[in-house]
This record gives sequence, structure tokens and C-alpha cells, in this order.
Amino acid sequence: MKRTSTWVASLALPVMVAMLLVLAGSPSVTANDQPSAAAAEVKIDNFSFGPQTLTVAVGATVTWTNRDDIPHTVVSTDGVFKSKVRDTDEKFSYTFDKAGTYPYFCSIHPKMTGTVVVQ
Amino acid sequence: MADKNQGLIDQKWHELNDDGVDRRGFLKCMAWAGTGLVWTMSGGIPVSRAFAKNTGKSDGKDGDFSFVQISDSHMGFSKPANPDVGATLQAAVDKINGLAQPPEFLLHTGDISHLTKPEQFDTVDQILKGASAKDVFFVPGEHDVLDDNGKSYLERYGKNVQGAGWYSFDKRGVHFIGLVNVLNLKSGGLGSLGAEQLEWMEKDVKHLKHSTPIVVFAHIPLWTVYPEWGWGTEDSAQALAYLKKFGSVTVLNGHIHQTMQKVEGNVTFHTAMSTAFPQPQPGKADSPGPMKVPAEQLRSLLGITDVNYVRGQHSLAAVDSSLE
Repeated sequence: MKRTSTWVASLALPVMVAMLLVLAGSPSVTANDQPSAAAAEVKIDNFSFGPQTLTVAVGATVTWTNRDDIPHTVVSTDGVFKSKVRDTDEKFSYTFDKAGTYPYFCSIHPKMTGTVVVQ
Repeated sequence: MADKNQGLIDQKWHELNDDGVDRRGFLKCMAWAGTGLVWTMSGGIPVSRAFAKNTGKSDGKDGDFSFVQISDSHMGFSKPANPDVGATLQAAVDKINGLAQPPEFLLHTGDISHLTKPEQFDTVDQILKGASAKDVFFVPGEHDVLDDNGKSYLERYGKNVQGAGWYSFDKRGVHFIGLVNVLNLKSGGLGSLGAEQLEWMEKDVKHLKHSTPIVVFAHIPLWTVYPEWGWGTEDSAQALAYLKKFGSVTVLNGHIHQTMQKVEGNVTFHTAMSTAFPQPQPGKADSPGPMKVPAEQLRSLLGITDVNYVRGQHSLAAVDSSLE
């Protein structure tokens, strides 16, 4: 949290707002629409990824946190990234160095899908 | 024994009458009776009951036997829905050992472990050693093949299997087929058998007589229970097509942690309770995650399935019993 705050201090105001909303865990249209430069979070609750579509800037690190009682995985549909199985409260992070659209799913519960858009 | 069976018949019919089954429901039950099962509705959940005409009448006649299906032990799970899954698996074993007709063997329809860890498999193996039936036939659940694509599962349970862990065997004239539908799942999809396994299965049943009773067991249901939660297998229709010629097909699955049944032509589908924790009825919760119930109710939602085969009967009869 401390480190994130340092990053936030160096960012422009609209991005700051977007990031704070993401960090607060509020489902927010702003958080989805505004690219976040450095870090963003996806929470896994009730067998779904939230936000389902996340837009970040090139270079951003996305961290997924499993908040379910059941393990999940975060696996890129195109083979770009693949987490190990994540049990309750375990995290997985990936840094997106290239612009593009990255669909992913939980390989244990394949009905769970999400997308990271990197701009 | 005969008196006991008659008592069971009377009790079941009494329950049917008491359940307020209307004419339509009664006709459904009659259809089930014809295939050896009676379908009753209990709290909105279809619950299988033996239509006990010949069920359990094991007088040593060649060919009659029973086996027990257990499922979804999830060893290693310790969340509030059941902090002690070892104790409930042990209770299942005690239940099995108390059955009037001892089963010849056990089928475990997957999710043996919660996280594919060796110590979790060890614990299950240890507890199952206490069962009166010594032979246990496994198929993997998705929780048994995490991270290693089924490698450690195969090292432990894959002695006489094909491919990713599928196999068949014969017991007293019944042909059993264990299938794997938890690997190579595609984004947005359901359970999957895959081309290689389907090809094997087609060959496996080709030489069998049409009168051979078939039992297929796999983790994820081979009929579409609720696709929104992934409760189905995308290429199961192909597998079932290979079984069309047989007079009696029984499909036993786990994964959904509750009993459900369906008859479609010659095929009776059945899912078993978990020995670890219950899951909600389809669409009745935000997700299919573990359902927390008051501690004193837990064991009434966990259990085993006792399957009876009586020679000459059209189909096998499955009796679900809760742990208490």
C-alpha cells in the first residue's frame, strides 16, 4: 500500500482517481475506462473476475486476488500468462509490456472469463 | 431381509404419498419404477430412492451385487462450510461398513483432494483403507489435476489406465467405464472428454453384447445440469451415442455436491452427494461455491450412493443415503 501511494503521487489527477477506486475495490465505470499506468487489481468473488474487463496502460502490473472459498487460476486464452492454482486470498500478478487485448479464464472453472485491455 | 425390503417399499410409497406428489408427478415416479428407481422431490431436489422390488435381495445368487459411489472428498478443504472433511469422509466409510449388503467395491468420482497435494491423497487413501470393500476405482476431478495436468494423479492412481486416466473393467457381467472430463478445459466451455478418449471408448464398447449392463462414471456430469455454472460436458453426446445400442446404461457423476437424476431413453443419469460440503441448487445462489449450513444440518447434506445390480433387472438401482 505504501509503495502504491508513492506511485500515485507521481500521476495525473484523473488517473489517481481511477486507481484509488480500483484499490478501494469499488466496481466503477471510471476504473474500467481509464488506463492505469502502474498497477491495477482484479478481485475474484463468487466465481467471477471483477472488473470483468480491465483497461490499463502499457507497463501496468495487474494483480488478481482470489477471495473465494474455492481455488481458481488465471490463464491467458492465448497462452501469454498462466498462474499456478490460487487458493483463498492468494494473489497472482502479471506485468503487461505490450498493448493489446488479453482474454483470460479460470482453467478449473472455464465459465469464469475476463479481459485485460492494454493501451 | 425380505421383510425389510417390503418394509422399505411400503415406507417409500408412504413417503411418495406424503410428499404430495400430484398425478403428473406420480406418473413420473411410475416411469422411474420401470427402470428401478423412484424419483421423489424433496425440498425441490429430485432424490433417488430404490424401488425396492428386488433391491438388496442378495441371497448369494450369482450376478447380484452392490457397489458404493463416493465423491468429492476435497481432502484439505478447511473453510467454514466444513472445517473437518476427514471426519465426514470417515463417517462415509462407517456408513459403508454398516450397509446390510456389503458392497464389492467403491467408485470415487473425483475431487479426492482439494489441491492435488500428496498429503491430501495420502489421507484419503488411509481413510478408505478402513472400508470393508478393499477395491476402489477412481476418476479425477478438476481439483486432482491442478497445476500438473494430472501427472501426480496418474502416478498414484494410473496403474491400469489409458491416456489421461480413462479405463474400463468388468465385474459380474457389468461393464464399467471410468472417464476423465476435467482436463484441457476451454475458456467459456464445459467439461471435456476429447477426441482421443472418445475414440478409445468407441472401440471399448464395440465388442460388447447389447444386453451387457453399462456403468459409466466420471467427475463432471455427462448431461447438462446447468451450463451457466459449467455443470455439463461439451462432448458427452458423442460418448452417449456409442452407448445407444445397450439396453441398460447407468451414468454416475459427482462435481455438483448434490443428488440429481434423469432418465433419457436407455440411460439413467445420477449425481452423488459430496462427503465434504454441499453446493447450492442450480441458480439458487450467486455462485456454485460451498454452501454454509448450520453445523447440525451438514451431515444430512453429505452422503454416499449405494448401487445395486440384480441380475435380470433392466437397470441398476441407486440409493442415496446421507451421513445421518
